[in-house]
Amino acid sequence: MNKTTSWFNVTSLVVGFAFLYVPILILVVYSFNASKLVTIWGGFSTRWYVELVHDQAIMDAAWVTMRVGILSASFATVLGTMAALVLDRYRKFHGRALFSGMVYAPLVMPEVITGLSLLLLFVAIGFDRGFWAVVIAHTTLTMCFVAVVVQSRLVTLDRSLEEAALDLGCPPVKTFFLITLPLILPGVVAGWMLAFTLSLDDLVIASFSTGPGATTLPIKIYSMVRLGVTPEINAISTILISVIAVGVIVASVLSHRSQVEKEKAERAVFLGG
Amino acid sequence: MAERWTQEVRPFLSKWALVAVPYLWSLLFFLAPFLIIFKISLSQTAIAMPPYVPVIYGLGDFWSKLSDFTFDNYVFLTEDPLYYSAYFSSLRIALVSTVLLLVVGYPIAYGMARAPKSLRNALVMAVILPFWTSFLIRVYAWIGILKPEGLITIALQGLGILGPGEQIHVYNTEFAVFIGIVYSYLPFMVLPLYAALEKLDTTLLEAAADLGCPPTKSFWVITFPLSLPGVIAGCFLCFIPIVGEFVIPDLLGGSETLMIGKTLWAEFFNNRDWPVSSAVAVVLLIILVVPIVIFQNQQKKV
Repeated sequence: MNKTTSWFNVTSLVVGFAFLYVPILILVVYSFNASKLVTIWGGFSTRWYVELVHDQAIMDAAWVTMRVGILSASFATVLGTMAALVLDRYRKFHGRALFSGMVYAPLVMPEVITGLSLLLLFVAIGFDRGFWAVVIAHTTLTMCFVAVVVQSRLVTLDRSLEEAALDLGCPPVKTFFLITLPLILPGVVAGWMLAFTLSLDDLVIASFSTGPGATTLPIKIYSMVRLGVTPEINAISTILISVIAVGVIVASVLSHRSQVEKEKAERAVFLGG
Repeated sequence: MAERWTQEVRPFLSKWALVAVPYLWSLLFFLAPFLIIFKISLSQTAIAMPPYVPVIYGLGDFWSKLSDFTFDNYVFLTEDPLYYSAYFSSLRIALVSTVLLLVVGYPIAYGMARAPKSLRNALVMAVILPFWTSFLIRVYAWIGILKPEGLITIALQGLGILGPGEQIHVYNTEFAVFIGIVYSYLPFMVLPLYAALEKLDTTLLEAAADLGCPPTKSFWVITFPLSLPGVIAGCFLCFIPIVGEFVIPDLLGGSETLMIGKTLWAEFFNNRDWPVSSAVAVVLLIILVVPIVIFQNQQKKV
């Protein structure tokens, strides 16, 4: 590799990552601003965090968002893992094309269309808009992301382990829980995390399917942002960013460790055999 | 009999259940809503809750109700130039931003793929991390930077480029929308590009260099064509959702920027006109069907 290209590479990386991170960094720094004016620095203060905790509407919205996120991410993980298994294992069955279409389409479908169509379904079948409608909507959206993440893990899976269990008479369901699931667990966990953060993040689909008493945090933040930039929003954002960053880093360290352990075990088996 | 149960019936049943559960869920909550949206786009607006005249109740009264179908909502879309301009402007903005994303994202992905192996996973992680943090918050972060009394104005005044009373007017313009889109969608472009570039066999480049091919030429002759699957995947992954984008044009574009996602939102939440917003969604879907099908075929190959 010659000098000019590596110089170019380093510059593009530095500029690229600065572009990605500086706005977030500014947001976090200004959440500790004592001044009410968002862009003028008035000294370090944690007063916006204190005000946040005393703002009942925000705390309620945060609680709703947490519950929606945990429930929908869990449902989506079960459904998405099943969908991934179907797509990976059953190469030919009637309606496979439609199924894979329904799994991949929501990844790129504009949210306004998904949101509006789900709302019209809820109205048509007489399902009340509100908490459970948001949970169902988020499950539908995020199961596709789980399916993609789990499927990429299934592709690298060594099928001979499963085949051995099945040949020895282990029923398929038991084989899944004893052999397959532990092996794809990092993918499943990553899928859950992704589903949870997408749910935590979603404004458009939640706005369509929400009802009285089910205001999620993004809906609340959006209505605050429309009224103007306030340090309080910076403070909520900072909390959300730190929660997600810590979660993602812990998950990646865990999956890295399980990868390392797996490699160690494989090496031990190889040497022993 | 018992043997047949464990050998044939049980595997069949477990396979069937595995397929059926996610299949039925997607049929009910993903496909059925599209049929309903299409149905409601054909119904008349009414001042009621829900605000439309129902078209079909059951198969029995299908024929008697057929006369209630109306294409008025679609005719309405063609009559008001607002909708034309919104569709065109959405497609234009999506096209321009996809090109911008490719131009910004390619050097980053290239730099990542050529970085030392030990660093690569950390770099991928660093690209994904902002993607995990809230979309809304990331767009919001730009308001404080771009608005007239915001940080860019303050920085330029500090550097003496702008006079004390002068301000920079980027916020609430289409330019701000481009910045917001490129910022928010960058990981979607960088990751497929990186995946394609990382697989690239560098010995090809060495061979080209040995034979006297200058680096710029070998980039266009070797690297870029081989990264094409990543380029296509990244472009579709960005283009399709950007066409229907709502949050970015709403928060950064102001009233000046016209995009169909905003129009649909206003039709639904402000005007409470469900049939017209359904018609807007159906037309948007028809526009996006071709790119979505191409994207899916691309996905299947991978």
